Amino acid sequence: MITLRNVSKQFPGSGGYAVRDFSLEVAEGETVVLVGPSGSGKTTILRMINRLIEPTSGTIEVDGADVMRVEPVVLRRRIGYVIQSIGLMPHRTVAQNIGMVCELVGWDSGRIRARVTELAAMLELDPELLGRYPSELSGGQRQRVGVARALGVDPPVMLMDEPFGAVDPIVRARLQDELLKLQSQIRKTIVLVTHDIDEAMKLGDRIAIINRGGVLEQYASPEQILRVPASPFVADFIGAERGLKRLALMVVKSVDTEPGPLVDPGADVHAALEVMRSHGTDWVAVVDVEGRLLGWVDRNGLSGLGTVGQAEPRPFSAVVSTANSLREALDAIVINKTHVAAVVDDGRYCGLLTLERVAQELAAA
Amino acid sequence: MGATAASSPWSGSPRSLRPLEVSPRVEAVRAPADALIDWSWLASHTSTIAHLAGQHVKLTAIAVAIGLAISFPVGVVAYRHRKVYAPVSSFAGILYTIPSLALFALLVPYTGLSTVTAEIGLVSYTLLILIRNIVAGLHGVPTDVQEAARGMGYTDRQLLWRVEVPLAMPVIIAGIRIATVTTIGLVTVTALIGQGGLGALILQGYRQDFSTPATVGAVLSVLLAVAADVVLLAIQRVLTPWTKPAEVRDVVQRANPAAAVGGA
Repeated sequence: MITLRNVSKQFPGSGGYAVRDFSLEVAEGETVVLVGPSGSGKTTILRMINRLIEPTSGTIEVDGADVMRVEPVVLRRRIGYVIQSIGLMPHRTVAQNIGMVCELVGWDSGRIRARVTELAAMLELDPELLGRYPSELSGGQRQRVGVARALGVDPPVMLMDEPFGAVDPIVRARLQDELLKLQSQIRKTIVLVTHDIDEAMKLGDRIAIINRGGVLEQYASPEQILRVPASPFVADFIGAERGLKRLALMVVKSVDTEPGPLVDPGADVHAALEVMRSHGTDWVAVVDVEGRLLGWVDRNGLSGLGTVGQAEPRPFSAVVSTANSLREALDAIVINKTHVAAVVDDGRYCGLLTLERVAQELAAA
Repeated sequence: MGATAASSPWSGSPRSLRPLEVSPRVEAVRAPADALIDWSWLASHTSTIAHLAGQHVKLTAIAVAIGLAISFPVGVVAYRHRKVYAPVSSFAGILYTIPSLALFALLVPYTGLSTVTAEIGLVSYTLLILIRNIVAGLHGVPTDVQEAARGMGYTDRQLLWRVEVPLAMPVIIAGIRIATVTTIGLVTVTALIGQGGLGALILQGYRQDFSTPATVGAVLSVLLAVAADVVLLAIQRVLTPWTKPAEVRDVVQRANPAAAVGGA
């Protein structure tokens, strides 16, 4: 969808290269994150794609067409553009801001209004906000309006320059989640620039790690970059906690859990004690016939009773869902005294996850 | 008699009238005014006064309109090309420093005691203020807004008319307000070259040693300046609704809900 071939950029008056012999291929529907320290030319690369900056040499193609052969204004109207400072028009209402590109390409007002309503719903913007001016919105709301505006004419390609850099960490995390959710529906080809490696890991299908002077160090999936950093620069840039970052990319669902010591409430106490003995524990998990996890009971809790159901099961202190990341599961496990977490899928018991199992998974991947 | 002079109505008139003042000797022999305003004179001259006020408004409006017509393109060029700004600003600054009477005296041999002479002077004085405010207003447009607009595919012309000029509007109108108020003051001087306006009343008062017309002329030119300022401020509020406090705009929107989502 987007191809950069041997692209270089030297700004007049500055001796060195801002971007040097840079090649990159972005597939349709893929999210590619350009990440690097300041001075790595990542924003310059992004701005060359919509010709806000023109390359000194090399070619850039968007959807098969050389951008230098397309009228810049026409090119830009086909590419969504979101910047860190958002740049909403302070003199136009939220609705008018969202409809700006639609208006530029000459849609009639009815069609614009329908599209604005649709985009507001898509980005979970309260329709009441549509008549307000940008100065009356919160940072998170403004950023959503910025994204809605970029999606105006449904361009196949979106360029995002540090889109969440200006909001606080909590809002940023939420906007990142929303972008992931949105992208799973709309499947745009997105090129996103950030200096935050964690944001890159979270959002990118592939990540291009760029060194100072616009040199591409590694272009691969987040998992691959964490597993095999291509250069000392990459290893240094992805920083400490490589293992933890990889765990963050893996989900509990992908791991085989152990069933563990397990009884149903109808089982008699002797059977439960036998399960404990065979597992070498002094407790059992209680799961009803429908598979719901009721909790756990220990040896003392069962003394003098006939069946397990007569005891009051205590809830697990560490319960994780199959949708959680292994990093979250690990966190739950280490906090729990017994170093084990119960895994549930929509309330149904799947098994137990232990510290050893997580470590094995990391070593195997 | 100094005390009488100090309390006479014209001693407090605008600075631009200073060159008109008769010498202190003449002022000293003037009879003390028995009343500030002779109401019967006022009643019998309402149509004349209205006519002169109309002339005053017209001279001002033409001057500001022509001034704006010149300043706007010059200001836009000076904004786009930084090198142009310094010479343009200096030239307008030099024009601004020429005393009005001296300028009229310089022009009369060429253009006579005419409206053209008056307007050349009046327009010259608006240029500095207007050009400076137009350039300052355009420079005040946030760069992220310009970058976003360009990134979305605005042409230079669309950027100017749809983004830069609207956002510069509060500063541009502030310039128009100052230029208008200044011009209303200067128009009183143009009475000296026979162009009417409220200055003619003031002149008449001096010539006839009769305070009523001078007082009326002075008071009306002040009122005119204040009224023009208020009207222009109201126009700014209408043209730049986004600068208004939210409550005020909500009232406007309730009255006209279509304004919220409607056109450009």
